[in-house]
Amino acid sequence: MSSTTATAADPPGADLPEHPDFLWHNPEPKRSYDVVIIGGGGHGLATAHYLVRNHGITNVAVLEKGWLAGGNMARNTTLIRSNYLWDASAAIYEHALKLWEGLEDDLGYPILFSQRGVLNLAHTEQDVRDSVRRVEANKLNGIDAEYLGPDDVAKICPILNVSDDIRYPVLGATYQPRAGIAKHDYVAWGFARRADAGGVDLIQDCEVLDFVTEGSVEDGAAEGTARVTGIRTTRGDIACGQVALCAAGHTSTLLDRLGVRTPLQSHPLQALVSELLEPVHPTIVMSNAVHVYVSQAHKGELVMGAGVDSYNGYGQRGAFHIIERQMAAAVELFPIFARAHLLRSWAGIVDVTPDASPIVGRTPYANVLVNSGWGTGGFKVTPGLGWCLAHTIATGELHPLIEPFALDRFVTGALVDEHGAAGVAH
Amino acid sequence: MQLITCPWCGPREELEFHYGGQADVRYPDNPQELTDEQWGHFVFFRDNPKGPFAERWVHSAGCRRWFIAIRDTRTHQFLSVHRIGEDQPQIPEATR
Repeated sequence: MSSTTATAADPPGADLPEHPDFLWHNPEPKRSYDVVIIGGGGHGLATAHYLVRNHGITNVAVLEKGWLAGGNMARNTTLIRSNYLWDASAAIYEHALKLWEGLEDDLGYPILFSQRGVLNLAHTEQDVRDSVRRVEANKLNGIDAEYLGPDDVAKICPILNVSDDIRYPVLGATYQPRAGIAKHDYVAWGFARRADAGGVDLIQDCEVLDFVTEGSVEDGAAEGTARVTGIRTTRGDIACGQVALCAAGHTSTLLDRLGVRTPLQSHPLQALVSELLEPVHPTIVMSNAVHVYVSQAHKGELVMGAGVDSYNGYGQRGAFHIIERQMAAAVELFPIFARAHLLRSWAGIVDVTPDASPIVGRTPYANVLVNSGWGTGGFKVTPGLGWCLAHTIATGELHPLIEPFALDRFVTGALVDEHGAAGVAH
Repeated sequence: MQLITCPWCGPREELEFHYGGQADVRYPDNPQELTDEQWGHFVFFRDNPKGPFAERWVHSAGCRRWFIAIRDTRTHQFLSVHRIGEDQPQIPEATR
C-alpha cells in the first residue's frame, strides 16, 4: 500500500528511488534476429522481458524509432485496474494486475506500484445500474469490486464533492481496492534493464521504413503463405524470424506498408499535471459522465486525463477546449483544486478500434503478430500483454487470453465491445 | 483550439465543429452481393494516414452543414476545405 502521509521532514517524493547509474547497452543492430519487436515502449519491452524470462529466447531485437519508452509510455497517466465488464477483458487485465503485484521483485527494480484503489463514479440512474452490473460481473470473475453509495465514497476520498447541488451529483461509485498507479518510466526501465541483461538488443533511433516480404498479401498470396523476411530501417536491413508489431498509434501505418487493413484510428489523447502539492488525494477517481480522471503522483502532481480528441492525429498535442472541459469537470468534483496551477499538458497517440477492445494476434503474414488497439488503456495491461505475446511467439500457439481479440472479429461479427464496459467513455 | 474555415460561414472556432471521419465512404452499390468480409470492411475499416486526410466535418454550432476538409494528421493543419460535390483541391503528392 502507498504511503499517502508525509511530514515536513518527509515531503512527497522523498522516498523516490535514485536514478540508476546504468540502464542498458546501446548496441549496433545485428543483421539478423530470431525475433524482432517493433516498438520500444512498455509492450515491446515487456514482451522482450518475458521472451527471455519465461522462454529463454534471447536472440531478440526491440526497434525503437525514437528513444525507449518515449512515446505513449512516457505520456500515460499510469492507472492500473482490472474492473472490466467483459470476461475476455477482465481476464487479461486481471492477469496483468496479478503480475503488477509481483513485478518489483521480478524485475529487481523499483516501480513504485501503489495499490490505492480506484473509484469509478456514477452520476445518473443508468450509470448506477451499469456500475452495479459491472461490479457483479467483476465478482464473478474473481476481481475485487464493490458498489458504494455517496457517503462511503466520501470516506475513501474526502476531497471529492458528493453534495447533491452540483450539475452531475455523485450518486455512487464502483470501487476496486487493488487498483493503483506505478511510476511509468521506472516500469519501462525495469523491463528494459532485465531484457538487456538477458541478451536482448534494445536499438534506439531506428525507424522502420518498410518490410521485405516473401509472397505479398497485396499481390494475392494465400493467407499463411506470405512472410516478412526482413525489415528496412534507418539503420539498415535486419532479417527476422518472427515479427511483433507493438507500435501503438503507429501500428496501422506499419500495416499499411504490408497492405494489411485494420479498423484502427489514431487519435491524440491528452493528459496534464498540476504543480506539486501536499498529499491530498488518497485514491484514483474516474468519471465517465463528466469525463475526467485524477490521481496524485508520488512526487505530488495531480495527474489528470480526459477523453480522446475527436479527430485522427499523430501530432502529440490536442485541442485546448478538451482541456477546458476536463478542468471544469475536475474543479466541480474537487473544489479544492480550484487554485491549483497546471504545469504542463501533452498528448499521446492512441490507436482506437470501433469496439474499444484491442486487436492482438495473427496477421495475413504467417510470421507477423500484431498488438494494437489498446486505445486509452494500454499501460495497465503491460506485463499481462508482454506475457501472452511472448508465449505466442515462443510456442506458436495464441495465448488463450489474447485469443478473443483477433482481427477477424470485425468480419465474423464476434465483437468484443468494451465501449460501455471499459470504465471510460472513449 | 484552431480556426476552421466553414465553406459557407468562413473561419470559426474549432469547438463549433464536429468530426465525421473519413470522407467519401460510399454505401455499396450492390449490398446484397457483398461477402461478410466486404461488409466488415465497409462498416468498420477506415484509412488512418499520417499526412493529408480527406475527412468530413460538420459546422454543428453554425450552419449545421457537412463539408470535406483535407487536413494533415501530423500537424492538424487544415490544408483546404470544400463543399460536398465540389472537386477536391489538389494536394501535392510530395506532402503525403
